[in-house]
Amino acid sequence: MANKVFHVMYDDDQKLMDGARALVAKGIRVKDVFSPFPVHGLDPVIGVKRTRLAIASFMYASTGTALAILGTWYFMIHDWPMNIGGKPSFSWIENAPAFVPIIFEFSVFCGAHGMVLTYLLRNGTLPGMPASNPDPRTTDDKFVMEITTEQNGGMSESDIEALINTTDVYELSIKNY
Amino acid sequence: MTQDKLQFQIPSGVSKWTNIGMGIGLAALIGGWFVDHTEHHQYWWANILINGFFFFAISLGAMFFYALQYATEAAWSAMVKRVFEAMFQFIPVGVGIVLLVVLAGQFHINHLYHWMDPELHDVNSPAYDEIIANKKPYLSAWFFWLRMLAYAGVFIYFSRKFREWSMQEDTEGGTILHYMQYRKSAVFLVFFAVFSSTMSWDVLMSIDTHWYSTMYGWYIFSGMWVTTMIFATLSIVWMKNLGYFQNLNDSHIHDLGKWIFAISMLWSYLWFCQYMLIWYSDIPEEVTYFKERYEHYMGMMWTIFFVNFVVPFYVLLSRDAKRNTKYLTRVGVIIFVSHFFDLYLAVIPGTNHGHETFTYWFEFGLFIGFLGLFVRMFTTALTKANLIPVKHPFLEESEHHSI
Repeated sequence: MANKVFHVMYDDDQKLMDGARALVAKGIRVKDVFSPFPVHGLDPVIGVKRTRLAIASFMYASTGTALAILGTWYFMIHDWPMNIGGKPSFSWIENAPAFVPIIFEFSVFCGAHGMVLTYLLRNGTLPGMPASNPDPRTTDDKFVMEITTEQNGGMSESDIEALINTTDVYELSIKNY
Repeated sequence: MTQDKLQFQIPSGVSKWTNIGMGIGLAALIGGWFVDHTEHHQYWWANILINGFFFFAISLGAMFFYALQYATEAAWSAMVKRVFEAMFQFIPVGVGIVLLVVLAGQFHINHLYHWMDPELHDVNSPAYDEIIANKKPYLSAWFFWLRMLAYAGVFIYFSRKFREWSMQEDTEGGTILHYMQYRKSAVFLVFFAVFSSTMSWDVLMSIDTHWYSTMYGWYIFSGMWVTTMIFATLSIVWMKNLGYFQNLNDSHIHDLGKWIFAISMLWSYLWFCQYMLIWYSDIPEEVTYFKERYEHYMGMMWTIFFVNFVVPFYVLLSRDAKRNTKYLTRVGVIIFVSHFFDLYLAVIPGTNHGHETFTYWFEFGLFIGFLGLFVRMFTTALTKANLIPVKHPFLEESEHHSI
């Protein structure tokens, strides 16, 4: 039996949520959902693991903080000490308040850029990467849920199809893959 | 959805503990007067101002947040709006205490406000102070008192009216009252935007009369707001543990945690901006404020800054911590006390110049007394209305809040 993939389309995020809840309650595993915007509360329903993006971002920002401290020390104190506004002390700590804005900005810069790049890379949506959503309408106003027979070994194709049709489906397409 | 309990019953412990607290406060108030040997009982008056303003600020911050929720049409907080309402029932008392201290200053019973001395404006007097005399147009008695009465009038008026409309909505329903509150909240916010700044100049910044900072109003305002959010969060968690607010979920707690986190960062940002600009430019008329604090209160000043910044930043940064009431309440209590000392440091150096003695029992006793009074008034106000605004148009959305 060839593996089949079901692309279940909904035209409303609430219908998608209700459909996902109903199918998961019947023991179906949802592989993925494609939606034009984040649907709040969907992740735990279809069993998506919590994102670690926040942890990554914290690490990028901490790196930024460390680099900025190192940089301000090297440029302004160690390599070429500067006398700005009568504050010529050759000590990083006594000049620290002046460096806080730089440290802050650089932490935000690193945290934000690192997070965006990581996000695009993990999603496979960096510029030039091929699109992976099954239907271009999911970038407009439709929601597609992807279910495969491979992940639902205990059920036959027709069983799954019957269960899907109990939900408020807008369009259903079944493909080999 | 399970039906939430509408009638709040004050747990028996609260009456007992607030009585004990108020008793301690009264004892500290009387004992403090006799122990305080500063001139004009300056330290005693300063502590009353600190406590009065601190708790008044919590209630005013609650009314600000309440109005903000209406003006921005925020729905998630509809369920807990009675908590904020009960908090701002303290406003008349808070205004009264602050006015009492200022009035005593005007009649020279205390000398917290240096500029109230008429000698300073008199060119022929040996005490003539040119900088203060130049501030005469703003800091003259009639204009000062006009402002004071305007604050009192506007704040008390809105605290009464918001409560009245809210209670009326419970019986009438519909959206007419809701949209009226929406419009009136916007009006109040305009008043609040101006008055929260000028009030902090008048009541707190004018203590250090020679000094001024354009950041000051924001800095006091953010401190006020964060203590409000902490008090609200602590009481909501407490009430949920008592069995009220059964429909309140993790998402509400998360939102409250976000407010505590965000406003703590706002406070730290403003505190540091004010400090850094003054430190950097290093000009005599600006550094007086920090020079005073550096001389006698250096350790306290930096401890307060780091506690109020580092503790909420590192503990509440993660999503899980904001949803965990254990972390939230502990961090809340720490920075609540720390913000009290922030206000302490705004008042004491300019009024006592390091001549006072920190006795612990007086300062903490008075704080406990005022806290007892505030909690008593808060819980009493809670019993006087339905805990859930049953006919609030956003209530349904609030109950399904999910982020």
